Amino acid sequence: MLDNISILIAAPTITLDLVINGLLIGALFALTAYGMALVWGVMRIINVAQGEFVILGGYMTYALTTAGLPPLLTIPCAAAITFALGYVLHYAVITRIVDRDLFVSVLATFGISIVIQQLLNTVFGGDVRVVDAGLGTQFFMGGLIAVSEIKIAAFLLVCVLALVLVLFLKRSRLGQAIRATAQNPRAARVLGIDTNRVYAMTFALNAAICGACGSLVAMAYTIHPYIGLPYTIRSFMIVVVAGLGNLPGVVAAGLGLGAAENIAGFVLGTQFQLAFVFSLLVVVLVWRNWRLSRKRQYLK
Amino acid sequence: MTGWTRYIGHIVLVAVGLAAPFLFPNHQSQMAELWLFIVFALTWDLLGGQMGYNSFGNVVFIGVGMYTCALVQVGLIYSISDYNAARGGGGTVFTFDYTQYLEGLAVGLPAGAITGALAAIILGNFVLGMRGQYFAICTLGLGVAAAEIANGWEWIGAGSGMTAPNAPAEIDDISRFYYFFAFVLAIVTFVAITWLLRTRFGLAVNAIRDDEDKAEAMGLPTKRIKVIAWTISGLFLGIAGGILGNVKRFIDPIDVAFSGSTIGVWMVLMAILGGKGTLWGPVIGAIVFQITKELFWTYLLGWQRVALGLMIVLIVVFFPEGILGWVRERFPQLFGRRVQSRAEEGR
Repeated sequence: MLDNISILIAAPTITLDLVINGLLIGALFALTAYGMALVWGVMRIINVAQGEFVILGGYMTYALTTAGLPPLLTIPCAAAITFALGYVLHYAVITRIVDRDLFVSVLATFGISIVIQQLLNTVFGGDVRVVDAGLGTQFFMGGLIAVSEIKIAAFLLVCVLALVLVLFLKRSRLGQAIRATAQNPRAARVLGIDTNRVYAMTFALNAAICGACGSLVAMAYTIHPYIGLPYTIRSFMIVVVAGLGNLPGVVAAGLGLGAAENIAGFVLGTQFQLAFVFSLLVVVLVWRNWRLSRKRQYLK
Repeated sequence: MTGWTRYIGHIVLVAVGLAAPFLFPNHQSQMAELWLFIVFALTWDLLGGQMGYNSFGNVVFIGVGMYTCALVQVGLIYSISDYNAARGGGGTVFTFDYTQYLEGLAVGLPAGAITGALAAIILGNFVLGMRGQYFAICTLGLGVAAAEIANGWEWIGAGSGMTAPNAPAEIDDISRFYYFFAFVLAIVTFVAITWLLRTRFGLAVNAIRDDEDKAEAMGLPTKRIKVIAWTISGLFLGIAGGILGNVKRFIDPIDVAFSGSTIGVWMVLMAILGGKGTLWGPVIGAIVFQITKELFWTYLLGWQRVALGLMIVLIVVFFPEGILGWVRERFPQLFGRRVQSRAEEGR
């Protein structure tokens, strides 16, 4: 472990390489976290199935490219499919738990996530999958830093998606309705907003965001039926660090998490990278709660 | 119900438990698992139902107990790194004779209990300051973090897991042997928790569930009570983990020892299915759940885990009060006055 740290110090290009690759995947984390914050803020629901929506989007891309579609075209398709799934799920399950205890939503969405991952495992098998987008690799600084083009493309696409999402929430009627509902659902109802529909659209929109991210994950990284939970945990961690409705914070925390995770994976060995993510979640929560507990408060 | 009739349930359960392995010798390991599930559900309910702290991370203690027990069983006689390096049919064969095996268990299970309890004390001091959904997700993270650490730790077998020691020939029916371990543990756990909930400690635990701030204002040392309650869970779960490792024979870090997405959720589901915050609820829930699970495994080949996930959603969304909660609402007279007044308080 100390050897690895000294390598990082002796060869800054390796560090830079890790950080750049980390920032590129960090953008994906930030976008899924923003989706989670949206659902959490508007509906008071912690969606533990977030990561499963991501992986589901990835598998949709995998299935559609196997069927012959060009990989980049599958992104809107994956988003559309997960949007529909989110819409259906909302009316089947989520609408019944919107005004219940937050733990109920955690448990119910955890159940949904188990259903999705087991369905994926049954339908697509337990192998690690990757979709070849047909792009090459870019080298910088005389070949010392290698970044595959699809990761750069994914990063740019995520930025575009985030921009569209923010504009949508700021400008469109539905976006305004969503923000009004987040501020005060009762007042929104009084003013004639169909909050149930707003909830449905929010949940489906979040699923679509996750689906689009997932198809980028399938192209730039790898997918596997059981790696949804790490994505959920990362989103949750980012939201806890940044707070609800804090877009710059979410972006910063997401990019930072991506870089930190990559460096930790190098220092501790890749087999401990997920252990690092989950331990970091515990540490972040304990630390934040400890800060609050000195003021006789706790995380709410 | 007065006099000895109060204990009809207990007597029936003990009688069935004693007779079951002789009546259904083919299902002994499933029934041993059932007794362990009862322990899981009861100890989960001590926090989740009685204290209002819903944990997804109790698998940590199961896994810690399981690994400790297996490591002690092996480590008393052989070198652990040799034992784990030789898995998959190496040159050396590791055998345990009768006394060695029993000694290993006699030291291993208490060691599992101690490490389980210690893990609960240490983690509890950090984690139990959180409340509600933050506690739930933090413990979920704890369970997976523990699984990932065990998965990367070469000394305890890393991702390829660890096998529990082979039983000597003197124990002719290994699943019956462990069935009785699990049975006794379940009885002890049930009696201990029954007793615990009747003491002042039980009242304090319920006070924390009802209003933690008020409980603290009344002078209860809430943090200490919470940690003690989790430690008691950790103690029993550590032993249960040690037994489960020997029942399953193979300790996989992610799928058996720290299986947050199976046992970790199932114990929550069992407690909710039976009725959160009741004494018999977890027991009934575990029995119903284990039977359903085995039926799923037999008749829904390949889809059983999907069906179980659906079951979680359905129970949580449509049947959150549980079997006992439902019965209590329908037939309050069966529960006498005390329970009725608790129902009026809105539990």
